[in-house]
Order: sequence, then structure tokens, then C-alpha cells
Amino acid sequence: MILSDIYIHAENLCFSYREGNGKEENPALRDFSVEICEGEYVAVLGHNGSGKSTFAKLLNLILTPTSGHLTVGGVEVTREDLSDEEILNLRKNVGMVFQNPDNQLVATVVEQDVAFGPENLGLERAELRRRVDDALERVGMTQYAKHEPHRLSGGQKQRVAIAGVIAMMPKCIIFDESTAMLDPSGRREVLDTIRMLNRDYGMTVLNITHYMNEAAEADRVLVINDGRLLMDGTPDEIFARREELQAVGLEVPQCTELVHRLRGLGIALKGDGISTPDACADLILHAYEKLSK
Amino acid sequence: MKGISFGQYYPADSVIHRLDPRFKVILTILYIVCTFLCKSLVGFAALTLSALVLIFISRIPLRIVLRSVRPLLMIIGFTFIINIFWSRGEQLITPEGWPIRIYAEGIWNAVYMFLRIFALITGTGIFLTYTTTPMDLTDAIESLLTPLKKLHVPVHVFAMMMSITLRFIPTLTEETEKIMNAQKARGANFTSGSLMQRAKALIPILIPLFVSAINRAVELSNAMECRCYHGGDGRTRLNVLRCNGRDWASLAIVVLFGAGILLLNGVGIGYTLG
Repeated sequence: MILSDIYIHAENLCFSYREGNGKEENPALRDFSVEICEGEYVAVLGHNGSGKSTFAKLLNLILTPTSGHLTVGGVEVTREDLSDEEILNLRKNVGMVFQNPDNQLVATVVEQDVAFGPENLGLERAELRRRVDDALERVGMTQYAKHEPHRLSGGQKQRVAIAGVIAMMPKCIIFDESTAMLDPSGRREVLDTIRMLNRDYGMTVLNITHYMNEAAEADRVLVINDGRLLMDGTPDEIFARREELQAVGLEVPQCTELVHRLRGLGIALKGDGISTPDACADLILHAYEKLSK
Repeated sequence: MKGISFGQYYPADSVIHRLDPRFKVILTILYIVCTFLCKSLVGFAALTLSALVLIFISRIPLRIVLRSVRPLLMIIGFTFIINIFWSRGEQLITPEGWPIRIYAEGIWNAVYMFLRIFALITGTGIFLTYTTTPMDLTDAIESLLTPLKKLHVPVHVFAMMMSITLRFIPTLTEETEKIMNAQKARGANFTSGSLMQRAKALIPILIPLFVSAINRAVELSNAMECRCYHGGDGRTRLNVLRCNGRDWASLAIVVLFGAGILLLNGVGIGYTLG
């Protein structure tokens, strides 16, 4: 791994929320260190309250770490003397899409909402127009440009929110449980958009989720438990550690579970590809062919 | 509830719809002034005619405009009656000795008042609410109030608040409905009982609604910060308001109309207000 390829570098990040009386609660994130490279598709897993959302909010300084160092795009953003301009630049580069699509749309017309971020950057009008049209096209919402957001479906609203972020041309987008409130078809729409942004446009993607099937689509999976980084690896590597995942309240995808149980019955399934249904089907097919010979 | 529309905006393609919203705000104010300048019979005839012409060129169906007059009928009727019975004048219509005295001036006053209110409602409706989207209206108000920035009035903040309010009206309406249904499903009753009981029944709706609205506000402000929002300084706009000859022409027409009304006040046909 070449150092210049690293986009996000976190070192011993700690964060605690403050209670109403000013005292610090139990730390939400402890000694968290991780490196994320440019163009990576990373899924962050963890059950509720594990600190995964806190981690995401630290990356663009919506929350300020209590201690530790964070470098994004070569700029240390945990410096004391960080200027407002550097903060804006950080937020321009690290976009974020939240869980509830309703609570992140600002304007009453789709295209004006997409324009909100670029408007804040103070871009020329022609450039605004170009970026809005481009962003809407990328998420396939061009025909809805003049619509009112509240008349769209959940998946469509979330795609508008994504367009609003990509119109700022970020290097990295964080999806903070962006599919949690959507129905299956809406979730598919959003996941396809995420994958497209990563594969076709080379954006670094962090997808924070508690759906295992979503994590299986990523290049790399981070598992967070109790504010600590518990596991870090490819989906296949992570899902192979089924017992450890279950111990922290996470279930492996159904297809992985199937492979595990078949192995438990003494059926020899050779191979590591256990995180996606297709790979599992291949494994089982191979085993079946061997058995039938 | 999905079909809820903002304000009373009536989409149509007319000259008035296409005017610069800033001019429409000014035109509305001028038109209101005109209705109050009006004093003579000929003047009121011109005013009523102008209101009808406005409805015609805005391509908004007459029944839609009349619908907005309906809620005000009570007030109009009330002022009408007060004017008829309480105005004093010289020409007594009712025979001498009747307990009720109605003067001709009273009837003129009542009719003029009715015409004035009608023109007032039509004018503001046609120039603003029916032909301007709330978003445009917000932009126009922000733009018109810009000079106040020099006096440190947070104009941008007000405009942002207005547009966010507009954005969240349908969301919160939907939410209210959801909460009401949830409470109904658990046996809540909002439609019967004394006024006091009904007011009390609203508490279990208002509390969750407020809690959720506050949570939404927190999330929205996070989302806005993530999208680099840092107040109005250095912010550009996708939609820039532009005025052209048509806007100036409409302004000239309304100003001339006002001058015309003043001139017509001098024509001594019928009753002239004092």
C-alpha cells in the first residue's frame, strides 16, 4: 500500500458524548485506528450503539474527536489551528448521506435541493447548472428535476440526497445507514447507485449499515463493537468468523450461514467465496457434482 | 395528503405567472394603494373592471378566485350591514318616523366597501398567491429586503427559515396524520366530547409531533452542515431573479392606473366618498 493512496488515516481516535450535566458518558469510540484508501468500497458493520455512526460523523468533523489524530486527503483535520475554510473543504470532499431522506432535503424543488451544496460553495451559475444536471443524470433522476421532493418515493428521495452530495464533487461519500428506512426496491436503487459511484467514478465509499448483504457487496468490511475496531478484512474473511460475529450480536448473511451448516453436517465445501449468494451457489454446485460422480 | 399543494398556487402559463416575483410584490402593494385611493363611482367602476381584467389575463378560473372570497363573506356581510345601518347622511331613504333610518350614503358606502374588498382580494391573489410559487416568493422577499442587511437585519436567515418551513409543511402534515392514526388505533377520540375534552385529546398528538420535529431539526442541521452550509455569505444561487422590459411595463401600467384613479375621483357622477 503506497502512502499517497491513503485517503483517510485515523490514529487512536476517541470520542465521548457529553451528558446534560456536562459529564462525559462512556466513550462512544476508543483508540480507533484505521486507514482507508482512495477508491475503496468499505462497509462498516456494528449493531446499534456500537459507535459506527459516531465514527462517520468524526470523518467530516460534524463531531470533533476528544483525542487522537485524523488525516483526510493529506490534511490533518484534528489540528488546533484548523481554519473554517479547511473545514468547508473537508466537508466538500467528504460528503454524507443520512438515514432519513426527509430530514436532509432542504428545498421544495428537486433541482434546487441538489444545487444547495454547490450554492454554498459559491460556484458560478453556469457551473451550478452543469453540476446539478450532471448529478441528477448520474442517479437517474433527471426527469424529476422540477418535482417536489415530498411526492417522491423513499428510494427516489434518497437518490436526490445522493445527487445533492455528488454535485459537490466529493472524493469520498459516507452513507450513514442510508438504506435503513427504505423498502427492498428502494434499497436496491440506492445500493446500485453506491456501487456505480464506486466502480464507474472511482469514489471512495463508506457504507455504514447493519445489513450483512450490503456489507457483502463491499471490497472491505470493518466491524465495530463497543467503540473499538474488532475486525478488518474482505467480506469472505469476515464472514468466515461466524462465531465471533454472533458474539457481538451480528448475523452472517443467510447464504454464508447455509455454507456453515452444510460444513457442520460434514459436507466438504472447499473455497472462501461465502459472502454472496452466487459464490455460495457455486460452492454447493461443485460439491454436489463431486458427490454425484 | 400526498396531494397537498403549497398555498394556493395555480399553475398556468400567463403573462402574470412569468413576471419577476419581486415586481409582483411591488405591484401588489401598489394595487392595494390604488384600491384605497379610489373614491368616486367612476373610480370604483374602473377598479372593479381592472380586477376582472386581471383575472382574465392570469387565466385563473373565476370560480377559483371566488372560492377565496368565500371565507371572507362573513366579514364582508358584516361591514356591509354596519355601513347600511350606521352611516349617517342627508338623503333619508326610509320614510320619516320609521325606527330604522337608512340613508342613501350608507348604501353607497356599503357597495364601495364591498367593491374595495373584492378588488383587494383579487389583486393580491392574482399578483401573488395564485401566480407565484412560495419558493419564488421567498426569493423575492429576500431580494427586496437585501438593503436591510446594511442595518444588520439577518435577511438571509429569515428567507432560509421561510423556505425550510415551506419544505416541511407536507412532511409534518403527513406525520401528524400518522400519529393521529396511531392514537386512533389505540382508542383515542378526537371528534366528540366537550371542547375541553377535545383540546385535551390533542396533547398526545402534539407531544410526539414536537419531539419528532425537534429531532428532524437536529438531523437537518447536521445534513446542512455536511453540505457546507455556512450562512448567506459567499453563497450563489441556481435560480437568479431577472427582470426585463415586461416587468417594467407592468409596473408603469399599474402606476398609470393609480394616477387614472386619482383623476377619476374628480368626476362628479354618483356618490363620492368624503
